[in-house]
Amino acid sequence: MSPPAFGAALTDAAAASLSATATASGTGRRRRWLRRYLLPAIGGAVIAAWLLAALLAPWITPYAPDTVNVAGRLAAPSLAHWLGTDELGRDVLTRIIYGARTSLTVGFSVVLIGSAAGTLVGAVAAYARGWAEEVLMRATDLMFCFPPIILAMAIAAALGIGTRNTVIAMLVVWWPKFARLARSLVLGQRSLEYVAAARTIGFPPSHILFRQILPNAVGPLVVLITLDLGNAILVFAGLSFLGLGVVPPTPEWGSMVSEGRELVSQWWVATFPGIAILTVVIGFNFVGDGLRDWLDPHARRR
Amino acid sequence: MRQANGGSHRVLRYIASRLVIAAAMVLLATLIIFLIANTVPGDPVLTQLGDIAANNPAIVEAYRHKWGLDLPMGERYWVFLRGLAHGDLGISISSQRPVIDDIAQYAPATIELSTVAFMLSLIFGLPLGVLAAMKRDSWIDHVARVLSLTGVSAPTFWLAFIMLAVFYGWLGWAPGPGQIGGDQFPPPVVTGFMLIDAPLAGQWATFRDALAHLVLPSIVLASATMGLITRTTRAAMLEALSQDYIRVARAKGLRRHAIMLRHALPNALLPVVTLGGLAYAQLLTGTVLTETIFSWPGLGRYTFQSAEILDFPAIMGVTLVVAIVYVIVNLLVDVSYALLDPRVMRR
Repeated sequence: MSPPAFGAALTDAAAASLSATATASGTGRRRRWLRRYLLPAIGGAVIAAWLLAALLAPWITPYAPDTVNVAGRLAAPSLAHWLGTDELGRDVLTRIIYGARTSLTVGFSVVLIGSAAGTLVGAVAAYARGWAEEVLMRATDLMFCFPPIILAMAIAAALGIGTRNTVIAMLVVWWPKFARLARSLVLGQRSLEYVAAARTIGFPPSHILFRQILPNAVGPLVVLITLDLGNAILVFAGLSFLGLGVVPPTPEWGSMVSEGRELVSQWWVATFPGIAILTVVIGFNFVGDGLRDWLDPHARRR
Repeated sequence: MRQANGGSHRVLRYIASRLVIAAAMVLLATLIIFLIANTVPGDPVLTQLGDIAANNPAIVEAYRHKWGLDLPMGERYWVFLRGLAHGDLGISISSQRPVIDDIAQYAPATIELSTVAFMLSLIFGLPLGVLAAMKRDSWIDHVARVLSLTGVSAPTFWLAFIMLAVFYGWLGWAPGPGQIGGDQFPPPVVTGFMLIDAPLAGQWATFRDALAHLVLPSIVLASATMGLITRTTRAAMLEALSQDYIRVARAKGLRRHAIMLRHALPNALLPVVTLGGLAYAQLLTGTVLTETIFSWPGLGRYTFQSAEILDFPAIMGVTLVVAIVYVIVNLLVDVSYALLDPRVMRR
């Protein structure tokens, strides 16, 4: 589907859902509603659907993900195989649904661990100031010198192929942006009155940092985490495509595209796993984008 | 006069301090790369030698000695650094050539591709972002938003497959993978850039062919960058439009377009410069996937091929060169930022 058509489809969907809610009135309010909730709602629904599919994979898939059926190889989409079969006769739809497990697990582990580590580094740096900040932030800057995918590639290649090693490689390059963001957020908070008050009361620094400051600074972090989930899934799929992700029989979207990349006339082998990646990443980006607008005071005022 | 002198003095001091930091960064980067390449469990000897040779201790020993893999770590780092000072990045295990020569050979194709892609994303991203901000919440804003979010979300390698399948395989409008077609002779290497060397040699057919080969990979590469630039431009424009000086300009009765283009846009360009610089550096290095699919003879494909067989001198060389490019781009961004907005230097 071409993007303009996609946009038109969105507007239609919006109009349909708006006419259902009788309370909305006036084009201005409709537009605001559209801006604020439509794309995030679509994104949220897409993510929920993928999470559910990943969770229920064994029960909703008609075949097993690794059942080889050479006689039925490279079959076009049909009623028996909705999205066709691959070179070994495995059901593409089944493998895509199982692939969601890998992609979502990797996405969440990389971003949650990476953001926790980065936030810790940045927050401690900003709260401690002095030489500790200098050392921590210079280390962060240093990691920014490396292009993430090349460094991750070098590490993944060196550690050996496998999902766990790829996650480790991604984590090495993932935390710095969270360190930078957390530092600037904590710096913004630490001169505020409530921090001075907490200090006067005699709370220990760790309590002030983790219980007082961070909860107040969490908004932008959540936005970055959401946008980054899509990004992590994209990078992992890319590494997998290059053969640095999962060990072969494991169903994974990036490696499925790679398996089908020479099969132009059997387009379904590579096309559908790619659409799976696209939808889940768009889902996270729509939600993250909506969250950002919602948290941005400039946008909210209008 | 005095003040102007003080100002330029401060700029110079700022640039000097950034230079020192950049140099330190590069040195530290070499250490990190060296540590990664030398402490990880993967063994280049076993990947390089066949199974039979790898089982023969004498061959393995001779091989380790030849590549200096039997020296202690500290000494190896020292050898590595000393070589670097002479522009020596070591010898690639797989191509048996100096890594610096390999990089010099493959870099132009990557620079050519990413420059075209960067220009494409600026040409489309900037106006789209400005328009989206000017007509906020109109249909054009929504289309721009969906377009740029889709561009950022589409997996490069998949987009490349689709483009090749549709425009090369199915419609036959675009040439296939590679930098030039099989029926063209590469021009004699002068600069290494196909788009410069071909006209220099008077090979206009090759030039046109090379341009045609650039279309698909540069569109694929530009899709994500364009989305980023659109989003950043829009956000920066909206931010600039909410400032007091815009209200003043409005109160003075200036026309809307004058306000937008003469007052808001120059200020909105600041964050775009930062992002643009980083996006360009990322393009230069993010070509791994695009180049692999389009059989593009550039650094990205070279890096991937080296990583696949654990050719550590090559990986270290590329990562280092790329880290240096990053540091330089960051330096340029910092300096241009300081020149555009003198308040930066006070921090």
